[in-house]
Amino acid sequence: MTDFIGMLGRYALRKITSLGRSTIIFFNSIFGVPNLKKAFPLLVNQIYFIGVQSIIIILVSGLFIGMVLGLQGFNILKNFMATGSLGTLVSLAIIRELGPVVSALLYAGRAGSALTAEIGQLKASEQLSAMEMMAVDPLKRVIAPRFWAGLISMPILSLLFCLIGIYGGKLVGVDWLGLDDGIYWSGMQASVDVWDDLIPMLIKAVSFGFICTWIALFNGYDCRPTSEGISRATTATVVQSSLAVLGMDFILTALMF
Amino acid sequence: MKYLKTEILVGCFMLMGIVAAVILALQVAGLVFNSKTETYTVYAKFSDIGSLRLRAPVRIGGVNIGRVSGISLEPETMTPIVAIGISKEFDKISNESKASIQTSGLIGEQYIAITPGFYDEEMGTTYLKDGDYIVDTGSAVILEDLISKFVFNSSVKTGEESKKD
Repeated sequence: MTDFIGMLGRYALRKITSLGRSTIIFFNSIFGVPNLKKAFPLLVNQIYFIGVQSIIIILVSGLFIGMVLGLQGFNILKNFMATGSLGTLVSLAIIRELGPVVSALLYAGRAGSALTAEIGQLKASEQLSAMEMMAVDPLKRVIAPRFWAGLISMPILSLLFCLIGIYGGKLVGVDWLGLDDGIYWSGMQASVDVWDDLIPMLIKAVSFGFICTWIALFNGYDCRPTSEGISRATTATVVQSSLAVLGMDFILTALMF
Repeated sequence: MKYLKTEILVGCFMLMGIVAAVILALQVAGLVFNSKTETYTVYAKFSDIGSLRLRAPVRIGGVNIGRVSGISLEPETMTPIVAIGISKEFDKISNESKASIQTSGLIGEQYIAITPGFYDEEMGTTYLKDGDYIVDTGSAVILEDLISKFVFNSSVKTGEESKKD
């Protein structure tokens, strides 16, 4: 019995410690005064790695999600003689929910896992310790540029996702199924508002970028420096970020819409 | 020039983001930069505004000339007062005009339709200006009321008919 209680206590303490450690790492890395001249090329490199290399997967999945929405929406709205609302349906569904959420999930799978594995590998091969030996702060040199790159890339990726998704819906609804072009766009323009829909979308995207990158970086930084530890940390990154994104999406939606 | 290729690609990436944001704002959200157009506000009392909402369009003959800028209740008479912002461009609207709340389509959004009245200085009519009241108003037609009226009337009629038989 005492063993059991002790186990519970150890478990809780471990979780709280890791949360505290991640917060400390987070603040140290983002508020550490960066040397702009040195940090900028690092940041550019990381945006290339996190953002530019994720474009293909984001564009392809955005296109197909838009096309599926267009097809399903058209066939269902046809029953109500309301195919004129297709533009509204596709644009609101993508901008309010699917755009930020799906691109964050893809981001967690594509970039988050890679970040964790990379940093875990740096730790396992003791390169982080080597940096500390050379009086280079690994938090500033390794963590901070990746964090900022994630925060910058995520809204851009989600904007691209929304745009291509809406054009995917147009491709199916207008070009293949014969809905009128003007009706598609005017229905959309009447119902989508910059301040009510686009800005909340960007807020969502930035928060998801924040949470995914943070989880990925912390899991990498905190992993056990073995190959098994790295693989566990990578799995934990994808699971935790997906859950965090979906949970946070509900809260943000409840707050903003 | 070690970072050249990366820098170009990252630059393109950022540019794509900005372009996407602009296209989304203009094409999808239909953002128009005419928020500077000045408006003047006139008021209209209705007995029932139905489900009229803030920012609902105000139209003359189907053309948007402004938006509903405020809805409130006059405390003494308990009648709804709607503030209508009309853009300064349309300043030749007679105060004999009629404002009525109409529905676009069967179950669509409600809007205010203004039917222009005559203008004759000798008869004492003026153009609407800031703070004026539109006297002649027509309240919202509520579909549920119409249906209940119809159902009620037809049931009464069938009752009378069955008595005759």
